[in-house]
Amino acid sequence: MAKTIVQEFTKGLWDEIPPFRLVLGLCPTLAVTKTVENGIGMGVAFTFVLVCSNILVSALRKVIPPKVRIACFIIIIATFVTVVELLMQAYTYPLFLKLGIFIPLIVVNCIVLGRAEAFASKKGIAASFVDAMGMGIGFTLSLIALGSLREIIGSGTFTLGSMSGAVLSKFGIGTLSFWETPMQVFGPSFQPFQFMIEAPGAFVCLGLMLCIMNLFKK
Amino acid sequence: MREMIKMIVVLTVLSVFSGGLLAAVRNGTKDKIENQQLQFVKGPAINAILEGASNNPISDRFKLKDAESERSFFVGVFNGEANAVAFESFGKGFGGELGVMIGVNTKDDKIIGVGITTHSETPGVGSRAKSDPSFAAQFKGVSLTGEFKVKSDGGQVDAVSGATLTSRGVSVALTDAGQIYKRLKPQLTEKLKSFTK
Repeated sequence: MAKTIVQEFTKGLWDEIPPFRLVLGLCPTLAVTKTVENGIGMGVAFTFVLVCSNILVSALRKVIPPKVRIACFIIIIATFVTVVELLMQAYTYPLFLKLGIFIPLIVVNCIVLGRAEAFASKKGIAASFVDAMGMGIGFTLSLIALGSLREIIGSGTFTLGSMSGAVLSKFGIGTLSFWETPMQVFGPSFQPFQFMIEAPGAFVCLGLMLCIMNLFKK
Repeated sequence: MREMIKMIVVLTVLSVFSGGLLAAVRNGTKDKIENQQLQFVKGPAINAILEGASNNPISDRFKLKDAESERSFFVGVFNGEANAVAFESFGKGFGGELGVMIGVNTKDDKIIGVGITTHSETPGVGSRAKSDPSFAAQFKGVSLTGEFKVKSDGGQVDAVSGATLTSRGVSVALTDAGQIYKRLKPQLTEKLKSFTK
């Protein structure tokens, strides 16, 4: 059953939204979503890598010999990951320090390799681009959702961070310093629920959100 | 056979392309990354040492060749005169390399301030060399040209309690800095003249 371009895009936003539906790439998902800012940063870096690698893999799909395809995919993905790493160091250094090892680890992220293997190596460039955009945006939204829930309950704050703050203030919405400072969601009497910031809290959050998604599906 | 050649060619071309792209991006972002690292890693220490300077020490910097390596010097302008520089020196601490930023007054060779930049010391023990201001304060006003030794080694440096190795690392870095300073002083004073306004 051939899907239209629009369907290829929207499937990444709900039907096959990573990491909830695909349940791939959980390690960075759970590790970086302590705050919204980290979630956005990871999502954007991930989307860039996914889009670039999907386009290149799709463009080269007839040239790459099947026997060495995984090696070729990894070279392509690793290249773009290193590009992202350098760019983040140059422009968003504090965020780079916070995400740390999880940026280089995008190389072995199952979703990126999975899309290259299962989709881009079989479909055209346009479809691959749209697929990567859908998956990337879906992943970013998931990380933002997880990050918001964990940050709001776990530390009682909501921080959009300097990267998205800079973009928003360019469009005249608020100022950079407004978005950079953590917003206190609850009053000063709020006791942060530390458990949510820790790794088990991430699993509980993910499970609850998956549960809610399943409820909606029925 | 043909398949084999194709595999080799494709992998080679891909690797060449990847290497080229990375080299280009690296070249394009090198200066920016250096600036960011200075601002976020060394910046706090530099600004604390050269506090009250009327210029921006991070942007007013220059490099000097010292034997094999190049060293960065950060200029501090006080009362309209560029008479202070800060530079980094390294010693070996308990957990590995220890970076120490040293500010020195070029008029009387006395230390203005000392700050730890990078370290991997035990949190709460050796790391107090960075967080406890009284440790760094003892160096203020001491002449940089002498040798630095921890008191238990027969020197004058008050060690952070329980962290003799860390303190020894800082002492080594300071002694080293004195050597560097002595070697490069003629060039340093020459360079500093251009920053005096």
